[in-house]
Amino acid sequence: MGSIFNLQQIINGIQIGSIYALISIGYTLVYGIIQLINFAHGDFYMVGAYAAYFAVMFSAARKEHPNVLIVLLISMTAGAIVAFLSNRIAYRPLRYKPRLSALITAIGVSMFLEYTSSAIPAIGPSYRAFPQSALIPEHTYKIGHAILSNYQIVNMSVAVVLMVVLTYIVQYTRIGMAMRASAQDKDAARLMGIDIEYIIDFTFIIGGALAGAAGLLTGITYPRINPYMGIIPGLKAFIAAVLGGIGSVPGAMLGSYILGFSEVFGMAINSILGEGIAYAILILVLIFLPQGLLGKKTGEKV
Amino acid sequence: MPKKDGSVVLEVKDLVVSYGAIKALKGISFTVKSGEIVTLIGANGAGKTTTLRTISGLLRAEEGHIFYMGDEITNKQPHKIVQMGITHVPEGRRIFPDLTVRENLEMGAWTLRDKKLKQDKMEAVFELFPRLKERQKQSAGTLSGGEQQMLAVGRALMTEAQLVLLDEPSMGLAPMLVEEIFKVITEINEEGKTILLVEQNAEMALQIADYAYVLEVGNITIEGDAKEVAANPKVKEAYLGA
Repeated sequence: MGSIFNLQQIINGIQIGSIYALISIGYTLVYGIIQLINFAHGDFYMVGAYAAYFAVMFSAARKEHPNVLIVLLISMTAGAIVAFLSNRIAYRPLRYKPRLSALITAIGVSMFLEYTSSAIPAIGPSYRAFPQSALIPEHTYKIGHAILSNYQIVNMSVAVVLMVVLTYIVQYTRIGMAMRASAQDKDAARLMGIDIEYIIDFTFIIGGALAGAAGLLTGITYPRINPYMGIIPGLKAFIAAVLGGIGSVPGAMLGSYILGFSEVFGMAINSILGEGIAYAILILVLIFLPQGLLGKKTGEKV
Repeated sequence: MPKKDGSVVLEVKDLVVSYGAIKALKGISFTVKSGEIVTLIGANGAGKTTTLRTISGLLRAEEGHIFYMGDEITNKQPHKIVQMGITHVPEGRRIFPDLTVRENLEMGAWTLRDKKLKQDKMEAVFELFPRLKERQKQSAGTLSGGEQQMLAVGRALMTEAQLVLLDEPSMGLAPMLVEEIFKVITEINEEGKTILLVEQNAEMALQIADYAYVLEVGNITIEGDAKEVAANPKVKEAYLGA
């Protein structure tokens, strides 16, 4: 077993879990407030990756060295803008309509973003190499038998910093408090004088920004991007959010790391069955804890 | 704020509200005057909660008009209505269970920008409900039913609102707590707030109210000074168990 649970796997697990975590927070925040499973959320991540790609290419074309923080800000802004517009254009008109309509619309928004992106000549349907070495030259470090690259360090540390900032916003700011209140009882929040649409806009912006950041981080560590790159990570991040208890931010983070580790360890046990093992865990957890690991038991609610 | 100067705080005119094909309110009209406690009594399903939810903008009026201090507020957004000065303590308390007691009160003060004012309001609420001060750091969901009701009322008092809508504040409370909550309502009123009280406990409501309306399946059937309404044989038979 020593060969399976070694340092390398742990590093890989944290790294992939960090990507899932950044995406799944947006899923869980949006679900918490409007009970919408925003299937387009994975595509906000794709938009973030492309925004970073163009930012780096633009700098490289001008023979400048791109600043990582600026590129990160560009990715986050791009993710936030697309998330904000999706909400305003597609979801908001359906706010008090049957939930299924909004769900189907979310799938529509997702496909729209994917197909439209692939139709834009500058993006196109095929894979592009992400110019990660133009952004940060690669260094690798040996820790025993494990190899750690500076890409992974950037990836994990940016993710952790963003999660800390997000947690601070949700727990300690006025608007964060309003987000929590709105998630617990939307009508009561409105009776406090909260403009719920403003809170929903803000929630989409935060979720989109985190997904956009995850897009950049993925570009750095797995440098192949295409317009459909958001589908699988988006789905996995959604699964992680459900595993952790949808609506719960710490749950989304926990679920993401569990999923990341399960995948990496599963692959180490058997490279073909690997991901299957991860999802067997998911099914088992949900059979015994249908509300997810940190989710609220419902049922008893009147 | 002058009390009971006869000026109209809230005026509801020919209000019709439906849930799908079912008319919950069939054109009701009533007024609430400054400094008074006005109660709306009636059986379950008469439309009492619907009335309050429509005033505060959570439900849409199909027909009719609602005026607050002379300004039309019909079908305005709830947060705009709160800003204008109406606060609503909803049925079932609806506190935020995962927020602390203090955070719940801060949410109540969402419309206040002035920190000092917010602090003063909180002190006033703690004075009214010392239990809430003791438990300010606790999650609101861990409070007892009575404490939750106090929190719901306290939260509504964190605004600058002139008119307080109270929906079944006595629901689910032990008799002693019912007495206490009604005492608090009287105190709030004496401090200058105008109150529109919806109650199934007609006996208590009529005791503290100045004026009363009886709502029956979407229509107002009886109205008058609370004492007169309490003496009305029909009301006695149907709502006061006599």
